[in-house]
Amino acid sequence: MNEIRIQSEPFDPNIETDILRAGNPAIGGVVSFIGLMRDINEGETVSTMTLEHYPGMTEKSLQTIVDEANQRWDLLGSRVVHRVGEMKPTDPIVLVAVASKHRGEAFQACEFIIDFLKTRAPFWKKESTPEGSRWVDARHSDDEAEARWKL
Amino acid sequence: MIKVLFFASLRERLDEASLEMEAEGLADLGAVLLRLRERGGIWADVFAADQTVMMALNQEMTGTDTPVQDGDEVAFFPPVTGG
Repeated sequence: MNEIRIQSEPFDPNIETDILRAGNPAIGGVVSFIGLMRDINEGETVSTMTLEHYPGMTEKSLQTIVDEANQRWDLLGSRVVHRVGEMKPTDPIVLVAVASKHRGEAFQACEFIIDFLKTRAPFWKKESTPEGSRWVDARHSDDEAEARWKL
Repeated sequence: MIKVLFFASLRERLDEASLEMEAEGLADLGAVLLRLRERGGIWADVFAADQTVMMALNQEMTGTDTPVQDGDEVAFFPPVTGG
């Protein structure tokens, strides 16, 4: 089962992975990545962050990435949850969780999904700092991480 | 008509979330971008040739040489920063 969710409410990564693995004795492993909001970026204190997305396109792009992962690896389910709106330091921003028979597929598929989410899914972060608010710049290292997969 | 959407820093700088544009005479996304640039002022700055602007046609990321037609939804936005 693959689930993709975009929501403004906080979520509990443990509950999400529990649901992912529940009731399927074929699952031998779950790998998850939890992206968290940090209180410092580019040397400045960040008090809150607001995430904007492109309703419709964001869901579609995540579906495409998850479909591609399912074609590449033998998976037994996945969950992608991403928050939008305002959040505070220590909040989970994103969860990518993947279940498979053996760990290799789950590790690779999880990294693949988060790498492509970072470069292809339309989300934008805006940080509030003591100097005012600012849009976060894209990182070149994210493009390099995506390029490793050679689509 | 073509629906044109703007997101994040582009939306803020332009002070505009969306607009409609006559499709006639617009061959591709590059032509749409050029027409926006020709509005002058902040539009010329945001869509200047040296700016990194990403674009989507009907909610799929693409490039300037993608053809557009009546009824399409076009979007312009900065490089994405989710996750």
